[in-house]
Amino acid sequence: MKKYWHVIGIGLQSNLTYRFNYLTRTLFSFIPLFAMLSLWRTIYGSNHGAAPQNHFTQAQMIFYYMLVAVVDVFTAVNEDDWQIAADIREGNISQFLLKPVDYLWYRFCLFCSGRLAFIMMAIVPLGIFIFCFRAYFVFPASMTALVVFPLSLLLTALLQFFISYAMAMLAFWLLEISTFIFILFAFEYLASGHLFPLALLPAPLFHVLLFTPFPYLLYFPISIYMGQAAGADLWSGLAAQAGWVALAFLFARFMWSRGVKKYSAFGG
Amino acid sequence: MNLKRYATIYAALWKNSVAREMSFKGNFILWIIVELLWFGLQLCFVTVVYSQTDSVGTWTKWQMVLLVGASNFIQQIYQAFFLTNCTGLSELVRTGKMDFLLALPVNTRFIVSTRMVDLGAFVNALFAVCVMLFAAHKLGLHPSFLQLTGFALLCVVGIFIHYSLMFILAAISFWTVRAQGIVWGYYNLFNIARMPDEAFKGAFKAFFTFALPVLLVSNVPARVLADKVAAPSSWILLLALGGVWAVISEWFWRLSVRRYTSASS
Repeated sequence: MKKYWHVIGIGLQSNLTYRFNYLTRTLFSFIPLFAMLSLWRTIYGSNHGAAPQNHFTQAQMIFYYMLVAVVDVFTAVNEDDWQIAADIREGNISQFLLKPVDYLWYRFCLFCSGRLAFIMMAIVPLGIFIFCFRAYFVFPASMTALVVFPLSLLLTALLQFFISYAMAMLAFWLLEISTFIFILFAFEYLASGHLFPLALLPAPLFHVLLFTPFPYLLYFPISIYMGQAAGADLWSGLAAQAGWVALAFLFARFMWSRGVKKYSAFGG
Repeated sequence: MNLKRYATIYAALWKNSVAREMSFKGNFILWIIVELLWFGLQLCFVTVVYSQTDSVGTWTKWQMVLLVGASNFIQQIYQAFFLTNCTGLSELVRTGKMDFLLALPVNTRFIVSTRMVDLGAFVNALFAVCVMLFAAHKLGLHPSFLQLTGFALLCVVGIFIHYSLMFILAAISFWTVRAQGIVWGYYNLFNIARMPDEAFKGAFKAFFTFALPVLLVSNVPARVLADKVAAPSSWILLLALGGVWAVISEWFWRLSVRRYTSASS
């Protein structure tokens, strides 16, 4: 276990060397976020405080996008998938086949340290941003929501990581995988609720989406916080999320073992 | 004579780009699909927004589709000509490949800005035109020849504004070496370029209208097409700011290139 803590330490150091990069990234990301908030404020403004078609109050809608930013800081995969693909392509993984270090957990440690570094750099500007919009602050729907939200956040991070890891395994077979990553990302962007709360979708579409892993990559923890997933829905959703995490983990392992077979076939 | 020489050089660069793209055909098509998906995403967003409301300010649904189409059109044409070159500049500086380009007997900014052409972006620009045509049909628009010319001209100005701004960001790499993060940060500005200007007010709107005019870049051409021009001041402002930013970016480029020290090898 100790060796993995060591990896986290090293990862944290190397990530913090790019702290300026993280900071500019966070600051730049406020521009489209602010634009989105303005758009919805305009819409609610012209509809006298409540858009007719949905159950979101203006504050909930505004705060939704802020929570998207928060969940993103805590869970989004940054460049891990590119780095894993590069490791495979350039043969850096050979050493892990010999060392008593599991590549998946090694990468997971780096992912964690990347998140930690990002949180450290983003927490202050993001806090200030949310403070500026404190008029729209929404408290957790219930005590349960407050407790379960971090748990679901953790599952989201795991799911994000395992899916990205599995995707990066494509590098065993393909030279150029960025297009596939972007295609998946496009679907994720829409179906995980990045662009708008999924509840705004027509009900049948929304229910179909709940059978895919996408909502559990972002929408689900937010809906716990907001209280849209409560009672039985909350627990069954959490079970589904855990199920997807387990599946994604097994899939990542499977892709790795298939890939390594192919990799050793290259020799060298 | 000089112009002819540059035209010959540019033709050669095009030929190179075609050859490069065609050697990875699968990838070429996949990138078109990626861009198409993101465009579809924006249109989905418009649909969802207008399932909640009838208008954003005075912008109706199909007017906003027209705006998103115009914005994507401008972004794609910009991408075709300039994007890869702007994002590639920091790499040229970092690796010292700039040496080679500085030694060429052509204007360095010309060669740095035009080295590669992204052909797939033209295909995506075509999709954007189709969406604009459909939106215009839904709106029952019959733009006059003058409107179409004005639209095309303003698009060109918009493309050059994107180019000037992003080139300035890319030139920062002469100072910090690693400027890629900053250059990609510009992508966030594309995101607000496709929002209707009326969704904003206050300092934010003023800043992105008068300082970094991204809110004008696609809003003004779309308004020209949609018979929504409030006052001629908006397109005069776009033209003027286009000129101002072109001058600033040239000045900053000259300042930056003087700092170039090559990479020790």
